[in-house]
Amino acid sequence: MTGGLHTPSTVQKERIAYRRGKAIRSVLLAAGSTAVVGVLLIVAVTGSPGWDRVKGSFFSWEIAKESFPAVLEGLWLNIRLLVVCAVLALALGLFTAVLRTLRGPVFFPVRAMATFYTYAFRGVPLIIVIYLFAFGIPGLRLQGTPGVYVLGGAALIVTYGAYLAEVFRAGIESVHPSQLAAARSLGLTYRQTMRHVVLPQAVRRVAPPLLNDTVALQKDVGLVSLAGPIDAVRAAQIATAENFNYTPYIVAAVLFVLLALPLIAVTDWVTLRAARRQNAGS
Amino acid sequence: MLLEIKAVRKVFGTGVVLDDLSLDVGEHQVVALIGASGSGKSTLLRCVNLLEQIDDGAIHLDGEDITDPRVDPDKVRQRIGMVFQSYNLFPHMSVLDNITLAPTRVHNKALSIAKDQAMEWLNRVGLADKSLSYPDRLSGGQQQRVAIVRALVNSPRLLLLDEVTSALDPELVGEVLTMIRELKGEGMTMVLATHEMGFARQVADKVVFLDGGRVLESGPPEQVLGEPKEPRTRQFLARIIEAGRL
Repeated sequence: MTGGLHTPSTVQKERIAYRRGKAIRSVLLAAGSTAVVGVLLIVAVTGSPGWDRVKGSFFSWEIAKESFPAVLEGLWLNIRLLVVCAVLALALGLFTAVLRTLRGPVFFPVRAMATFYTYAFRGVPLIIVIYLFAFGIPGLRLQGTPGVYVLGGAALIVTYGAYLAEVFRAGIESVHPSQLAAARSLGLTYRQTMRHVVLPQAVRRVAPPLLNDTVALQKDVGLVSLAGPIDAVRAAQIATAENFNYTPYIVAAVLFVLLALPLIAVTDWVTLRAARRQNAGS
Repeated sequence: MLLEIKAVRKVFGTGVVLDDLSLDVGEHQVVALIGASGSGKSTLLRCVNLLEQIDDGAIHLDGEDITDPRVDPDKVRQRIGMVFQSYNLFPHMSVLDNITLAPTRVHNKALSIAKDQAMEWLNRVGLADKSLSYPDRLSGGQQQRVAIVRALVNSPRLLLLDEVTSALDPELVGEVLTMIRELKGEGMTMVLATHEMGFARQVADKVVFLDGGRVLESGPPEQVLGEPKEPRTRQFLARIIEAGRL
C-alpha cells in the first residue's frame, strides 16, 4: 500500500485495460438482458386477453386515491402493534432461550416449561392462537380482561417469542466452549459469563435472522384483524367490498413493501457487516 | 505446598485420562508438564482449575481441598489464573475491557483503578498502544500476552499455562516465553504444559513427564530431559529431537 509513486508496468497496464473492457461488456450484457425480460413481461401481461378487466379492477387510480386514507389509517395500527410486539417478543425470546440453557436439577421445571413452550407455540398456527386469546380469554369472564388489541398482541408476542427463542438459543450454542472456559477461569459466575461473554457474542451473531423474523412479524401483525380491529389489510378488504374493485389491496401491498424496505435494508446491512467482521478475524 | 494433587483419577467415557496421578507444587516453584498429546497434561490443568470434575482423589490449594463439592468453584478460580493454547480472548471486547472484566465484576474494583492497573501491565509488556484494539487486530503473540495479563491482574496464587505457545508462529514464541521467564523472576508459582523442551529446561524447577495419565518420571530438568531413566521418556525425547524441537 506504499507504492503511491509506482508506475504500472506494460503488462499490468494491459491487464487493467482488459479487465475494464470486460467490466463494460458485463454491464452492457446485464442491461440488455434486463430490457429483453422486462419487455417480454410487459407484452405478456398487457397483451393478455383479460388485461383490460384486470387493469380496471386492480389498478384503478380513482379507487386507489379514494381508499388510501382508510388503508393508511389501518397501517398505523400495524405499525403500533409491530413496535410493541417486536420489542416484547424479542425480550420473551431472549428470556426463554436463557432459561433453556440453565443447568442443574433445580432448574428442571423451568427448563421443561421453556422447552414445552417453544415446541407448542412454534407448532400451533398463529391464527388459532389469536382466536384462542382474543375469543377464549374474554369468554372466561374474568374481571379486568384487557381489550382485543392487547389480547391479539399477546398472541403475536407469544407465538413470535417461541421462534425468536430458538434463534437466540442457536446463537448461545454457537459461542465456543473455550469462551466459557476462559470466563469461568477468571472467576466469573455462570450469570456473569452469560451476561458479559456469551450473550453479547450470541446476539451479534444472530442479529440477521432476528431482524428477518421481525420482517415476518410485520406482515403477521395484520392477523389481529381476525379478532376485530381494522388493520391495513382489513381496511382494504372493506374498501374492496364497497366498490367490487381490488385496487385497495394493491394500495395496502405497496404500503407494506414501503414499510418493510427500511427494515430489510437494515437486515442486509447488519448481515454484510457481520460477514465482514468474521472475515477480518483470525 | 501450595498445590497438592493427590491420586487424581479422571475418566472420559471409557478412557482413563488421569490415573492415580500425584504431584506437589511448592510456592514460587515452576513445574513443566511434558508428554505426548493425550497424555493428560491439559486435562490435569483443567481439573486443577475445576473446569473438569475429577473422578477420584483430591486437589489441595493452600491446604484446602478444592475438590470438595461443598467448595464454591468460582471462589477457587479467583485464586487461580489460567492461560489457554488458543488465547480465548473475548472477541467482542477491546484489550482493555478483556483485562478489566474480572477485576471490576469479580473483585469489585473501581473501573478507574482497574484501568490504571491494566495500563500499567500493558506498558510493561509493550502493548499499551493496543489497549483499545480488538483481539482480531493483534498478532497471536500479542493476543497471548494480553491473555496472560488478563490472568495476572487478578493476582492469582497460581498460574496455569496450557501449551501457551503451541498456536504461535516460531518467531512469536520468544516474546511470550520472555514474559513467562520474567514472571518466574518475580516468584509466580506456575504449572505449564509445554512442548518447548528447551524452554522447560531453562525455566522449570521440576519437569514432569506424563504418559497414559500417570507421572512416569519427574525431577530437575537436567535429569528428566538430560538423563531420563525411563525408556518411554527417552523414546519421547528422541522423537522431539527428531522433530527439531529441542
